[in-house]
Amino acid sequence: MSGDALLRATRASRAFGEVTAVDDVTMDVGAGEVVGLLGANGAGKTTLIRLLLGLIPVTGGDVELLGGPPDRERRSRLGYVPQGLGLYGDLTVAENLAFSAQAYAVAPPDLPVALQGSASVLVRDLSLGLQRQVAFLAALAHRPQVLVLDEPTSGVDPLARAALWDTIRDQADSGTGVLVTTHNMQEAAQCDRLLLMSRARLVAQGSESDIIGGTTAAAVRTDDWAAAFAALNAAGEPVMLSGRDVRVADSDPDHLRDVLSAAGIGAEVVAVPATIEERMMVLAREAPEATA
Amino acid sequence: MSFAVRSATVRYADTLALDDVSVVVGPGSVVVVVGGDGAGKTTLLRTLVGEVVLESGTVDAPPAAQIGYLTATAGSWPALTVRQNMDFVGGIYGLSGEHLEQRREELLARAGLTAAGDRLASQLSGGMRRKLGFSMTMLHEPALLVLDEPTTGVDPVSRVDLWRLVSEAAAAGAAVLMSTTYLDEAERAGSLLVLDGGRALAQGTLDEVRAALVGTITEDSVPHRSAWSWRRGRRHHEYWAPGEQRPSSALAIAPDLEDVVVALSLVRRAAVGAGR
Repeated sequence: MSGDALLRATRASRAFGEVTAVDDVTMDVGAGEVVGLLGANGAGKTTLIRLLLGLIPVTGGDVELLGGPPDRERRSRLGYVPQGLGLYGDLTVAENLAFSAQAYAVAPPDLPVALQGSASVLVRDLSLGLQRQVAFLAALAHRPQVLVLDEPTSGVDPLARAALWDTIRDQADSGTGVLVTTHNMQEAAQCDRLLLMSRARLVAQGSESDIIGGTTAAAVRTDDWAAAFAALNAAGEPVMLSGRDVRVADSDPDHLRDVLSAAGIGAEVVAVPATIEERMMVLAREAPEATA
Repeated sequence: MSFAVRSATVRYADTLALDDVSVVVGPGSVVVVVGGDGAGKTTLLRTLVGEVVLESGTVDAPPAAQIGYLTATAGSWPALTVRQNMDFVGGIYGLSGEHLEQRREELLARAGLTAAGDRLASQLSGGMRRKLGFSMTMLHEPALLVLDEPTTGVDPVSRVDLWRLVSEAAAAGAAVLMSTTYLDEAERAGSLLVLDGGRALAQGTLDEVRAALVGTITEDSVPHRSAWSWRRGRRHHEYWAPGEQRPSSALAIAPDLEDVVVALSLVRRAAVGAGR
């Protein structure tokens, strides 16, 4: 772990009554890096973020924001874009930006080319892609040292997503530490490092290739994907459609060949590198239940 | 038999929502419509289920009783339990008694919702709620399934479950048309339609969509023309038209669907801009 982490959790836990939402999590985000936080719904991602931001206290362990407890002064050096964007739909773009700039006592940001014609448009009348750009501008105006983004590109088209990622990378290049939650695996692949949560615990971390770590899936090539899918599904295999073939995560190719030949299906079964999604499925299944 | 929307043009007041878009969905296949907010995905789906009036074009769809349609927002009644939701919808389709009960329990088991059967829909996670919505659209064994963003906002593990349910339906013979904003999962479908601003940017198998891009995508540590480049992690990807001179440091790559769609969108928007 680096000494100059901007966000840090050390054996952090948070229980709500009987339920442990975050269980013994140790992680950090350093300057200039983009860290992706992945996991199933209910895995504890949102609770971990709320702990790191100081919105709720830990019930065990410790969290640090910018080298100390996440108090009001340190939070003022943080930028946060929630999934719901936190904009006022019935204010214009310029009014939204003026409002958030005033809250941080800075000058409102200049509008980028894509928004220059929209200063007096109500935010609710903008496309989702442009609304997300406004939320980014509002969160970046006070030049935060840490940026926390919850599903930053959900619902936008690929071009708008590329524009948002250009902004995220520019921030990291200028030294900001970025923590991003995402359900999009291509987006996860753009992060420098990934943290994978399941059932309140951190179950893996590292680069995409560290997490996949040489594990394989089976690709089943066949003329009749439907029959192959039905046979493997009936045998309880974690089977997935893949174009006009099927794939099976974490399974022995020989066993799959037996299942297919018993069903009278001709198919070629080859071991291929697993995807991050297939690895997540396996890790999520293996993770033990959290206890309070 | 195949279902289709052919050369559909749809206008809402001054907005051209669909401009000459066609899609064919055969039995036992999954066709995915991809595109962002405002691309025309929902309009195309609603066209196939008969909820939209066409300015021109034709629709070839089964009667309503053979269509299962999951909208992007609705799906279940929050104040009813999982089983009550299923029974209510079953009743609408004229299912009752033992047949309904059998079908309900089979679908709930497949969706992993048996243990949650007596919970209120409002108490389900987002992923579970979408699985319930999907199970409700499947109750009457429709020949055509139309699913509007069934996986948006759903975590990756639940997303895999939903894809398994969709694939099971197709493997059993249903024709499936679904929309998504996630390009990573779109690669799973046998056939794709990429929409942008109401028009088809490309369609067909993944290879056919790749082939629709004329030109080259390169990777480099720096961008060369910012209007034609985008970031992927710490690297810069960039589009070059055929014959365009490019620096030797910009190396051609095998693009994934995300790259192809970004490049097709850039080319199309440049063409639209030049035409004004």
